[in-house]
Order: sequence, then C-alpha cells, then structure tokens
Amino acid sequence: MPYRQNLSSIVGMLNRNDISSVELVQCFLDRIQKHSDLNAFISTDPEQTLKQAQLSDEARARGSSSDLSGVPIAHKDIFCTTHMATTCGSRMLKDFISPYNATVVELLSKSGAILIGKTNMDEFAMGSSTETSWFGPTRNPWHGDHVPGGSSGGSAAAVAARLVPAATGTDTGGSIRQPAAFCGLTGLKPSYGRISRYGMIAYASSLDQGGPITQTAEDAARLLQVMAGFDRRDATSLNKQVPNYLDHLCTSIAGLRIGVPSNFVDDAVNSEVLDAIHDSLAEFEKLGAKLVEVSLPSSKAAIPCYYVIAPAEASSNLSRFDGVRYGYRTDSFNDLDELYKKTRSEGFGLEVKRRIMIGTFALSSGYYDAYYRKAQQIRRLISDEFESAFKQCDYIAGPTSPTTAFGLGEKTNDPVSMYLSDIFTISANLAGIPAISIPVGFDKLGLPVGLQLIGQSFDEQGLLNLAHSYQQVTNWHEVIPTEFT
Amino acid sequence: MSITKYDVEHIANLARIRIDTADIEQYTLDLARILELFQQMDSMDVKDKEPLAHPQDIELRLRNDEVTEPEMRQKLQSVAPSIHQGLYSVPQIIE
Repeated sequence: MPYRQNLSSIVGMLNRNDISSVELVQCFLDRIQKHSDLNAFISTDPEQTLKQAQLSDEARARGSSSDLSGVPIAHKDIFCTTHMATTCGSRMLKDFISPYNATVVELLSKSGAILIGKTNMDEFAMGSSTETSWFGPTRNPWHGDHVPGGSSGGSAAAVAARLVPAATGTDTGGSIRQPAAFCGLTGLKPSYGRISRYGMIAYASSLDQGGPITQTAEDAARLLQVMAGFDRRDATSLNKQVPNYLDHLCTSIAGLRIGVPSNFVDDAVNSEVLDAIHDSLAEFEKLGAKLVEVSLPSSKAAIPCYYVIAPAEASSNLSRFDGVRYGYRTDSFNDLDELYKKTRSEGFGLEVKRRIMIGTFALSSGYYDAYYRKAQQIRRLISDEFESAFKQCDYIAGPTSPTTAFGLGEKTNDPVSMYLSDIFTISANLAGIPAISIPVGFDKLGLPVGLQLIGQSFDEQGLLNLAHSYQQVTNWHEVIPTEFT
Repeated sequence: MSITKYDVEHIANLARIRIDTADIEQYTLDLARILELFQQMDSMDVKDKEPLAHPQDIELRLRNDEVTEPEMRQKLQSVAPSIHQGLYSVPQIIE
C-alpha cells in the first residue's frame, strides 16, 4: 500500500510511474477522512488537491517534473496559505484566508509538492500537547488517550498515522522535536535563520524556526533541501549557502565525538526513556562514534529563561490581533477600548491570554531588569556553554523529552508542569542551534521514545548524517501504529 | 515576589484583555506559580554577561530604499472585519 511508504520511496514510485499523483492523493485523502477522529487536520480541500494532482500528472506526462512533483504534504496551520484557511489553531483566525503564501509554502509548491491539508496545533503554537487548539485536541496515533505532543501535534499525528508522507512544523521551544518524539518520527529544528519565517505566524520571533516532520532522516533531508535558503522578505534569514543534504547522508560517523551532558541523567527522566536512550547511544558507539561527558550547568535555568523571553516576544507579536485589520472582531462594543478588549478576550484561548499577560508583566516598568534582562543574560550563558561544550564534542545527545507522551488532560490544569516537559528542547532554541529528534524505542505502553541530537550552528547536514546512519542499522522509524497499518 | 489580583487587573488592562471577575482568582494563582518558576533564575550568576537578544547576535541587514513589494491594498483589506471607503473602520474616538 502506498501510504505505508516514506516520502523518499514515494518520490521513487512517482518517478518510475508506478503510481500517479491522483491515485496517491486519493489514497491519502481517503485515510484523512477515515481517521478524522484523530483530529490531526483543521482544513482540507479534496477537490482542489485532486485538481493539483491531476495537473502534476499532466506535467509529468509532458516530461516536466521537479524534486517533489506530485507528492502530497501537509502544512502546520501556522504557515499562511492563500487557498486554505490559516487559523493558527485559534478562534481569532478561524476563518482567515491569507492574502499571500508563506515562503515555505511557495518553495514546496514550486518543488511540485501538493498541499493536502493544514494540520492542527496548539493555539498560536503555545503549548506542548496540541490541547490548546480552538479546534479541539489531536490524539496520539500510538494511544488514543495520549497527547501527540505539541505544538506541531497535528503534523506529527498525521505523519505517524500515515495520513500524509511528511509535514511541516515550527519549533519555538521544542514544537517540532517533542511531537516527533511522542509520535515515533524524525523532526528537525534547523538553525535560526536557515528557513524563512516570512508568512509563518510569529509567536516568539527570536526563537521560531520552521522545519520538517518525517518518517526518516532521508525524508527530512529532502524537505529541508527545498525549505532552506535566504529570503530577502525575512530580515533574520541568513544568506548562507545551502549544502546538498542528501549527498552527505551516508558519510561514516566513525570517530565523531558525541557529548552526553551529565545532567540529562537525573531523576526527572523516566527510567524507560533513559534505558532506550542508553541503548541508542550504544548503537552510535558500535557505528564508531565516541561518547564523551560534557557539562551544560546553566540549562537548568532554560525553562524560566524561555518562559520570560517567549511570552515577552509573544505579548508584542500578538498585539496585532486587535479586531481592526483582520481576524475575529467581537459583535458588540461601544468604544475602541472595548472593541480591543472584547475581541482579544473572546478571540484568544486561556493559555494564549496567560502568556500575553506574563510577557506584558515581564516587560512592564519596574520588572524589566529583574525578568527580561536577566533572562537574556542567562540566554547568553546557555549559548556560551554550548560553545565551550562543542570544543570537546561534535554533537550533543540526550532524551528529547523526560517522558513519553502523557495522557490527554493530564497537564491542562497545571501550566507549570506542562512547561517542564520542554526542559531538554528549549536550550537549542535559545542558542539558535539545530537539533533533531529520532525514534529510538518504545516504553511498556507502546509509546515511542525520542533521542535528541544537537549540533553546531548550520550543521544540519551533520545531524542528518548521524540520524540516517542510526536509521540504517535500526528499524524504530519503520514501525507503524497498529491501528493504522 | 507575590502577585495580587490588582496586579492581574493592571496587567490585563495593559495587554488589552478583559478578564471576567470570576476568573481573576485563577489567573492570579496561575501567574503566581509561573513567577515562582522564574525565581529559579535568581541563583544564576550572570555578572558581566551581555544580554543576548537574538541567537545570531548580528546587526539587522539594511536594503536599498526601493519599492520591492507589489501594491496589495485591496487584497489586504479584503480580510478586514470592517472597511469604509478604503479605510479601516473603528468606533469614533473624537467627538
């Protein structure tokens, strides 16, 4: 069955004319319909999608095709699209049709990929479980009573359930890597500046970065190849050459030094997760890599540091939602102040309001130095520590998350305990460096465990090489949740 | 530090968010817990550390002062809740 194949195999099938894009798209559309109870998608447009597939098949018949011609993909509903609504998981944007496409959307479309739907997410990407979405929570395909992680939980659930071969996500504090870990997938957060943020609705602008969620590292390399590159429309996009990611996937990793921070191994990490992590590290040793101990003492302060900086940036970014230029507007109001306040109170969900308020507080007169400035100084400390650690090692490894996927509703009433699940992913965003999560085993409940590998700035290539090498000798990435085989 | 419900009302006003009276207590408790989390930063020695605002730590690039974007006025206004003669319409603020 074509839906069981990964993205790279599907590209091969299309190139050999083993299957048409219309057949492929129809197969995935049927599965999205059949498994709608997962709530992985917010929008689909089967008619338009099939039309695109038809055009792709016709172009191929004329001899015109490119890297991802005819391949269905899904976008996290944070990327602006002109042909489907872009809701960002919020009532504020529930009917919003963007006047322009995000650069990532344009690039994937130019490469021939076909947009099959927009995936569910935590509202404005604020959450670690996809439970804060105005459209209801997404379920984890491995266990329906558990969360898929977040905020890119819809993308991860869709790829894990084989409703689409690959999807995009965004990662501000772990929102690609943690759902990839919870759903048994490969999720790459590239270096800050690698992928354009133009048309990607902003949460915390100095941390947000788009990236791929796929079955394999090879698939991630294919998507990154298309998504990466300089964009004059994004003032923070870096003008740096994009290497050929597929070329270096098979390079030997013998002799590479993998740093293991001592503080990853503590009581906060579930013992089944730790066992799987240790087994995976042993596998890397068998491939010739050397494990070295490194120290990242300040990462213990990463959570408070992040939860000052990200909400501070969010409080500023989300001030644009005022009921005047686009998005939701309240029904009744007497003056401008009431228009703003009612619109924002009704349009935003609880967690978004909480973070806007935390950010407003951290930036307010009298508290700026104690919170915002201090957090930025700790951010420097964390970044400097990574720099020193990378003098002793080439990559850093550890669990992506301290636990496997937690239960639906388990943490919704306790924001702080939800925040703590981001402990291992946040530091890479603060430092702007790339990191990848790959599946390395399961716990007793059958929920996947993710290993995180962190690299130096702009070394996505090295991370993909490590991940691919591991996937050549293991098969965790090939396992499909029973209900979806 | 502790946070009172008056602080919460003040912050909500600054953020232009209206909070129902019945919810203020819950917000106060949640924000107090989050501020408790922030206290973990107190033990960090950051003396002489320059604040890091942006991961690349570089200056924003400049571009030539040329028109590069197409005219999108109508397209952009097509998604506005209320437009009057090509302008965004809001309640009257000056008598």
